[in-house]
Amino acid sequence: MTHPLLAIRSLRAAYGKIEALKGVDLDINAGEIVALIGANGAGKSTLMMTIFGRPRARAGRIEFDGRDITGVPTHEIARLRIAQSPEGRRIFPRMSVAENLQMGADATDSSEADRASGLERVFALFPRLKERMTQRGGTLSGGEQQMLAIGRALMSRPRLLMLDEPSLGLAPLIARQIFDAIRTLNRQDGLTVLIVEQNANHALKLAHRGYVMVNGLITLSGTGSELLQRPEIRAAYLEGGRRE
Amino acid sequence: MDGRSVSAPPAAQTSRAPGAAFILKKALISAFVALVLFSLMIGVRTEAGPQGQLVYWTRFDDLAVMVAAVFGGSILVELLRRWWGPVDTVRVVPPSVQSALSLARRLVAPVLLVFTFLVPVLFYNERYILDLAILVLTYVMLGWGLNVVVGLAGLLDLGYVAFYAVGAYSYALLATNFGLSFWICLPLAGILAAFWGVLLGFPVLRLRGDYLAIVTLAFGEIIRLVLINWQTLTGGPNGVTGIPRPTLFGIPLTPADDGLAALLGIEFSPTHRIVFLFYIILALALLTNWVTIRLRRLPLGRAWEALREDEVACRALGINTTTTKLTAFATGALFGGLAGAFFATRQGFISPESFTFHESALVLAIVVLGGMGSQLGVALAALAMIGGFELFRGFDQYRMLVFGMAMVLLMIWRPRGLVGHRAPTVFLKHSQAISSDLVKEGHG
Repeated sequence: MTHPLLAIRSLRAAYGKIEALKGVDLDINAGEIVALIGANGAGKSTLMMTIFGRPRARAGRIEFDGRDITGVPTHEIARLRIAQSPEGRRIFPRMSVAENLQMGADATDSSEADRASGLERVFALFPRLKERMTQRGGTLSGGEQQMLAIGRALMSRPRLLMLDEPSLGLAPLIARQIFDAIRTLNRQDGLTVLIVEQNANHALKLAHRGYVMVNGLITLSGTGSELLQRPEIRAAYLEGGRRE
Repeated sequence: MDGRSVSAPPAAQTSRAPGAAFILKKALISAFVALVLFSLMIGVRTEAGPQGQLVYWTRFDDLAVMVAAVFGGSILVELLRRWWGPVDTVRVVPPSVQSALSLARRLVAPVLLVFTFLVPVLFYNERYILDLAILVLTYVMLGWGLNVVVGLAGLLDLGYVAFYAVGAYSYALLATNFGLSFWICLPLAGILAAFWGVLLGFPVLRLRGDYLAIVTLAFGEIIRLVLINWQTLTGGPNGVTGIPRPTLFGIPLTPADDGLAALLGIEFSPTHRIVFLFYIILALALLTNWVTIRLRRLPLGRAWEALREDEVACRALGINTTTTKLTAFATGALFGGLAGAFFATRQGFISPESFTFHESALVLAIVVLGGMGSQLGVALAALAMIGGFELFRGFDQYRMLVFGMAMVLLMIWRPRGLVGHRAPTVFLKHSQAISSDLVKEGHG
């Protein structure tokens, strides 16, 4: 059997004395969309950030493409072409859309040709960004900023794209556009995606497989449709916490 | 004024333009407050008499003038406010004026540059203006250097004068102890200052904002105190004297037989050296500007700006924030050091007194006033600050007051500095500057 693109084994991480990850196991195969769902403070974002090297793992092991990346500094992880679109979009408000996108390519050794083809790819996916090329990032709407954040992450030609709450604060219609774009990326380019979401319904419909995280531990995993059928998932994440 | 209010719709007029009674009432209240405040401060003057007794006399005429000034000023401010309209009024500028303005804006930098080149020609016989121009250019260079750290990378540095001092003392000590020439010491001074920039950078890597400001402030003081107390090396408070003047490819600018004047067969004049110094600092300043502009277009410069915008996002993109910060500190310090070496050779004498916090604050004010990150803005601000400071000499004891007031007003009207917009460095087809007025700070 081939090894997964990203393999996480009994990973622990903490902020000071507070343990955020208490032994997480997670696999992402190449070409897959994996959704990580869970309540606020479950450790979803921490898991994503720990994969990216900060905060550092206290124990456990993270392997990317067979290489141990536990404790490798963030900028070197980025060079392995793992990209992240952080929570809250975090675009650079005073820099233009074009500059924001270039920033995404700066962390990896990108040639001019890489940058040009990267831009083409981003603009094909989000034509809106091309229109807004010279505008400041801060003047974009929320949905456009999210497109920019994803586009910026794509500029490093990632092998694994990690998205933290891409639908946060977006109107349902815009959120759907974003999810459609992620699906397109996965189907057309075979991009591997890890998506962290509170919007469990959307995320699980989009994902091939899903993980449910509670209090720093993975409590459930399965294919997206499987998880959507589970009564405990429906109760906890899809029906406003109502118990049947 | 009347014509305006007639053309305005009546409803808007009543809500926007306060009546004469309101203005008068406000002015009267201001005048009363001024009367209470100033009656003791200005109205009565006390002094110790020859036998130590209290002598006092009244100055009611001065008091009356002050109160009248407050009264009149208050009316003036209200009228101005009425004319200017409420804060959020959108003023439509006709396109012809707009295009003229944008043309003027594009011409400012080249015109200023050409004028600067011609300053020694135009003012050859006016030593005072030449000296002032050299001083202004020194601060332009310092401003551009600090601009890398504060304006581009967003790292608030209150101890920039430390690098200026390191550069100055590097040259002074290398030249007086080892007899090295200015042109050899200049890069050495820059490198040493950059080295100290990295030394400062390491401990403050995790600090931001206020905390960073405090540590850099302390760093500036430490350097100054070391200079004062390390008497054997730096001469302590007495400073270093007899710092050699720069030479033109080894030819000194002196009245001696091997001096430049004698070689060219022209009459010696001390102005030659001043003009020479002027072009040295102009070249150094332009070098600073050129390097900064080049760097801004490279990933490194872009990373500096991104770091200013959002450090967390930088890390999420895999930007190495450690090297980004250290290079910003080192680059800024390098230019500070070069300016310091120039300062030493111009003065011929340096002491720790030249490197107090006052200098750091002045350079920082230039950067903030000019508009963080704007090269032209910093140059204009240096001109306004240093030149303006000289201009206000006529105000004598009120100089600082007038100056402070001018700064406060500027910060109210142009909170982003003289040149508030930021020119993008990546272009699609044509460049397009976006006015800061259209963009809110932070998030869109």
